[in-house]
Amino acid sequence: MLGSFDFDVIRRALPYLFLEGMRFTLTLTVLAAFGGLVFGTLIALMRLSGYRLLGRVAGIYVDFMRSLPLVLVIFWFYFLVPYIGQWLTGASRPITVGAFASSLITFIMFEAAYFSEIMRAGIQSISRGQPAAASALGLTYSQTMRYVVLPQAFRNMLPVLLTQTIVLFQDTSLVYVLSIPDFLGAASKVAQRDGRLVEMYLFAALVYFVISCVASYGVRRLQARIAIVR
Amino acid sequence: MGTGTYLDLLLAGLAVTIKTAILAWIIALAFGAVIGVLRTLPSKTASWIGFGYVEFFRNMPLLVQLFLWFFVLPELLPKAAGLWLKQLPNAPFWTAAIGVGLFMSARVAVQLQAGISSLPRGQKQAATALGLTTVQMYRYVLLPMAFRIILPPLTSEFLNTIKNTSVAITIGLIELTGQARSMQEFSFQVFEAFTAATVLYLLLNFVVVTAMRFLERYVAIPGYISGK
Repeated sequence: MLGSFDFDVIRRALPYLFLEGMRFTLTLTVLAAFGGLVFGTLIALMRLSGYRLLGRVAGIYVDFMRSLPLVLVIFWFYFLVPYIGQWLTGASRPITVGAFASSLITFIMFEAAYFSEIMRAGIQSISRGQPAAASALGLTYSQTMRYVVLPQAFRNMLPVLLTQTIVLFQDTSLVYVLSIPDFLGAASKVAQRDGRLVEMYLFAALVYFVISCVASYGVRRLQARIAIVR
Repeated sequence: MGTGTYLDLLLAGLAVTIKTAILAWIIALAFGAVIGVLRTLPSKTASWIGFGYVEFFRNMPLLVQLFLWFFVLPELLPKAAGLWLKQLPNAPFWTAAIGVGLFMSARVAVQLQAGISSLPRGQKQAATALGLTTVQMYRYVLLPMAFRIILPPLTSEFLNTIKNTSVAITIGLIELTGQARSMQEFSFQVFEAFTAATVLYLLLNFVVVTAMRFLERYVAIPGYISGK
């Protein structure tokens, strides 16, 4: 029961939880969101490029990633990344990759599939007159994308992209399966060391809950502010 | 060990994945339907309850929720009940099904709410004019329409349910990913193990998508774009 609830366990673990655990989680979230957005936009451009083969490859990648559970993808990349590194660098043995790099690559590749669908919807929501006007002005394809289409698509989709980033923030907790000390991993380590599962897991849940709530409230506010009046 | 091939193990894992996903999906649909309806009722209290429920289950990682159900809940209950819960045979399975089910129910609720509010106002008004009670209105008019409209997003939520069961590997459920993982640990055949699991997930996905496409065609509402 809650009678023996020990707040001191949490207090003592705070520096470790936040300075190590939460720092890992947030860095991973931000970098993965950024990388996922870059790759996702490229994939979306491939799918909309009009080149059959390019579109096919991108489509297969997206469907493939989206039909696998994240846990399995994490395992896949954890074992694959050293071999991919070997192949890329031409080393004689699989290279050693740190926990952070491995999970960052995993999340970038996985989230790219989801971000690409959002960006694709964003690009398709731009009216046809925009690229038409751009090419009438003599802009090349890359100029059209850079100065006309992508900025608008990005702005239209910003709330959705941020919501997906909140999902990503929650999903990073799954690196637990590799025993990496992200926020949840750190909490779980302390929980098992001190035999204080109830305190640590409730506290971890509360922290995730508060951060996600505040973030999604922020997204809702932002959505109301940046909505373009049409 | 000793009996059966690795394929048998993987198929057993697949069976656990399917069983967990189906039970979780039933829970998700049942709770999601109730909460989704609550959110569309005119009553302020009802929509607040619905809002709180959805926020609660959406703002915590699934993994953390499973830990709460599995490790924390038995400690918070009275001693006898907690002990009974801990000694429950097959506890990871029940925890996973209920945990994933409740997690997904918040998403189903949001979809259903969107489906109900997408119906033209005339539907509700016509139902009221005919003298239907609120329960009858939802039972005979709004829900049959809303569920058919949101079938495509529900399909992807069901696929998410299947994928999410793999998170239960952390509370000791040996489903498909778990079997692939243990096969890899026993045999050191990393690529074979994960490739086999991947193929099985793709097949499962394909079966569900195909089946749902038939269902979608069967229940499509005449007169809508997707209808006949």
